[in-house]
Amino acid sequence: MMTDDITALWVTLRLALVSTVILLLIGTPIAWWLARSRAPFKILVEALVALPLVLPPTVLGFYLLLLLSADGPAGGFWHTLTGTGLAFTFTGLVIGSVLYSLPFVVQPLQNAFAAIDEPVLEAASTLRAGGMDRFFSVALPLARSGLLTATTLGFAHTIGEFGVVLMIGGNIPGKTQVLSIAIYDHVESLQYAQAHILSAGLLAFSFIILVLVYRMNTRAGARS
Amino acid sequence: MTSGITFRFQLPLGTFALDVEGSIPGTGVTALFGRSGCGKTCLLRCLAGLERADPAQLTVNGVCWHDSARGIFLPPGQRGIGYVFQEGALFPHLRVRANLAFGFRRSALFRRPERFRQVVELLQLGPLLERLPANLSGGEKQRVAIGRALLNDPHLLLMDEPLAALDRGHKREILPFLESLHQQAEIPIVYVTHDPAELVRIADHLILLDQGKIAAQGLLTELSTRLDLPMARESDAGAVIDTRILSHDDRFHLSTLGFPGGELIVSWIDRPVGSQVRIRIHAKDISLVLSPPGPSSILNVLPAVVKDMAVHGRGRMIVRLDCRGLLLLARITEKSCERLRLTPGMAVYAQIKSVALTL
Repeated sequence: MMTDDITALWVTLRLALVSTVILLLIGTPIAWWLARSRAPFKILVEALVALPLVLPPTVLGFYLLLLLSADGPAGGFWHTLTGTGLAFTFTGLVIGSVLYSLPFVVQPLQNAFAAIDEPVLEAASTLRAGGMDRFFSVALPLARSGLLTATTLGFAHTIGEFGVVLMIGGNIPGKTQVLSIAIYDHVESLQYAQAHILSAGLLAFSFIILVLVYRMNTRAGARS
Repeated sequence: MTSGITFRFQLPLGTFALDVEGSIPGTGVTALFGRSGCGKTCLLRCLAGLERADPAQLTVNGVCWHDSARGIFLPPGQRGIGYVFQEGALFPHLRVRANLAFGFRRSALFRRPERFRQVVELLQLGPLLERLPANLSGGEKQRVAIGRALLNDPHLLLMDEPLAALDRGHKREILPFLESLHQQAEIPIVYVTHDPAELVRIADHLILLDQGKIAAQGLLTELSTRLDLPMARESDAGAVIDTRILSHDDRFHLSTLGFPGGELIVSWIDRPVGSQVRIRIHAKDISLVLSPPGPSSILNVLPAVVKDMAVHGRGRMIVRLDCRGLLLLARITEKSCERLRLTPGMAVYAQIKSVALTL
């Protein structure tokens, strides 16, 4: 592997890690709310969260680029705040990845929360547990298989993304060049051997992750 | 401090509405009784704060728990209640010990670890403590659920058909625990059931619900002999009487039970003299005669006065009798009624063919 490839791997891992942490922090309350709320506008939020599943990543990336660029609303605000831009930076990449992978985190969590028996949560509330207490001592432990699935899928999906990253991150080695884009570069410049190493690595990684997720789900299913 | 509970709730319930106003005594077991879907579970949930009725008014032992007019609503966790759900609702991820400790740790009881041991002992939960709920039988789950509720340091124990999901054998396993709870509990228990047998075994007071409304409320022993209530129409209708064992007869293997108006002789009851025994005299087990019967195989014959009567079904009558203050129901045919020319105020003799014990 070339040093550029190693840097790309490092950027990719860092991106996936940071994104996953943020995804869990944002996705868990959204999923809890979606699983419990009876608000009429809930379906709008659900549809919005699921958009990245059907949109071409380039569409998402395009609008994000407009939003995050120096003269876009978010980018401009960020610029006055920090003096740096968002487009073509690692921070911009994180924002894009979080939005793009959101459904992969929210949906398994939402399903896990919805599967909790209502009387079990009610029992906790009669046993002196307030809202937060109930969430952390009953809901979250009961949703742990959903939490594991959400974490692994969020992480793996961030590692595999291409379109959004290309649109808003560009291809700056050491800063925003991730594995999927490094592979594209290698193919463009006919370095098939290099492309093979990275591609096969990603293939094996993704396959292993999915096997782990399915095994986890089967076990959780057998338990309950 | 005024003891007892007063409540008033209104809440839409699908095709009809819960619309109730009543009171629950500060001691003993009050049963919410009625057909499935009459609103009894809903009333229980309103008492617990799991359902928020409007308008609503609820005062427990002098403390206001819910008053929609004044905007007061105490959340379930701050009410100090023990709630037993129909199928236990144990925390599946926690072992029995942690399930029991859930409310205990969060209540003022946690400073009294001996209380934990007492409840474990009362419900015989010792061997189950390290198990997960998935590895418990239905009856065991319910015992844990009852223990968990008791360890929440409750001022009020609410039970939603705790035996409904159990088969006969497991019911028999739980009922003795409920009875011992009843005898030693200092706190009021509200118990939802649609099973007359359970009702007779454990309830002192009764709130009879029909289509979201209270049809009657009062002492079970009094309501059990009201002719205008649906209970009198059941095939196993009859008086419920609290008696005391006066003496035992070793030779004939019999026991004598006393109640304010007289005595009854029944088969040997294996309990000490002085114990309280609740009995049931089914309406179908009483026959009426006009003059004192001669020698007969029937041991219990009580002089009585006909209070009133009603036609129940084709050719059948139900007659209410007053035996020196004790009310009994007798089911006879319309033909017998005419032959005896029964009228209210008439003196008769009630021959009691059998007495059912609710042990």
